Amino acid sequence: MARKPRSVPEINAGSMADIAFLLLVFFLVTTTMDIPTGLQVGLPPIPDGPPPESKQRQKNVLEVLINSRNQLLVEGDLAEISQLNEITKTHLLNEGRDPRYAESSEEAIVSLKNDRGTDFVTYVGVYNEIKRAYNEVRDEYSEAKFGKPFAKLKKKSVPYDEVKKKYPIKISEAEPEDMGGN
Amino acid sequence: MSKFKKKESRGSQTINTSSLPDIVFMLLFFFMVATKMRDNEMKVRTSVPKASEVEKMEKKSWVNFIFVGPPLKTEVYGETPRIQLNDKISSVDDVQEFITLEREKVTEAEIPFLTTAIKADKEVKMGIVQDIKQELRKINALKLSYIASKEERGAVQ
Repeated sequence: MARKPRSVPEINAGSMADIAFLLLVFFLVTTTMDIPTGLQVGLPPIPDGPPPESKQRQKNVLEVLINSRNQLLVEGDLAEISQLNEITKTHLLNEGRDPRYAESSEEAIVSLKNDRGTDFVTYVGVYNEIKRAYNEVRDEYSEAKFGKPFAKLKKKSVPYDEVKKKYPIKISEAEPEDMGGN
Repeated sequence: MSKFKKKESRGSQTINTSSLPDIVFMLLFFFMVATKMRDNEMKVRTSVPKASEVEKMEKKSWVNFIFVGPPLKTEVYGETPRIQLNDKISSVDDVQEFITLEREKVTEAEIPFLTTAIKADKEVKMGIVQDIKQELRKINALKLSYIASKEERGAVQ
């Protein structure tokens, strides 16, 4: 009783690649690999009890105020956002020459205060300009001393820490306050 | 001369394509794994401001998003900017609970690395952002980031 050898039916796999391609294209299109970017900010912890008496000398603090009409007041004078970069740099690089600005870069502080009615975009713009001034000053120092910009320095290396110590980013944000005038 | 003739006589060769599906499947699986199908469904409009000093987020799973902006469904939620946590329109009082829930999703060692990202619309006023900031300070979530799109230095004014 020899069985007739049954022929195994073959599935045509020629279109497999097409189906796979179709799926591939779908996933290619739907995939988003963008990493979100943002301005990193460190918030101060809520102090216990009343805030301590500020020991900072007035001239070490660069006061920046933004009102509800998005106008800028730097050290009591009206200013434009475009000037802020220059002013912050002068403040950081002053090293005690001009009595209105910081005594040394290590002690320099930028104090930022805004109104509840300030536009978010203005606030981010101002914050960005201050941060830019810090980054550019750091870059210049790093370039002059180590021959490459700050961003190229290896993290936690000696030059990196030195630049960071020389120009610490101290942007203090005042306790929120309603200055009014909405 | 005979050498050349031989070559000509071979005619067109077929390329073996039997491994093509394998290659394509490999790519397919890669993209299937890399795709995150659903981000948060946006209930508020957030067109972010531009800034030059932005930094990339370290790890997306460590970032908790808080969306602030005018609601898309104005007939339900009105026109004033609202806060969106996960998929829901929420109020400032829900921020602390949201952060607590997000902290439970990661191990204890990772908690200090958690960043809160405020993705706010350009037209939002600082008042609402400030309220969120205060809530975050109360719960000691001090790493914050304002989402902004990258722009070259000097172009922002």
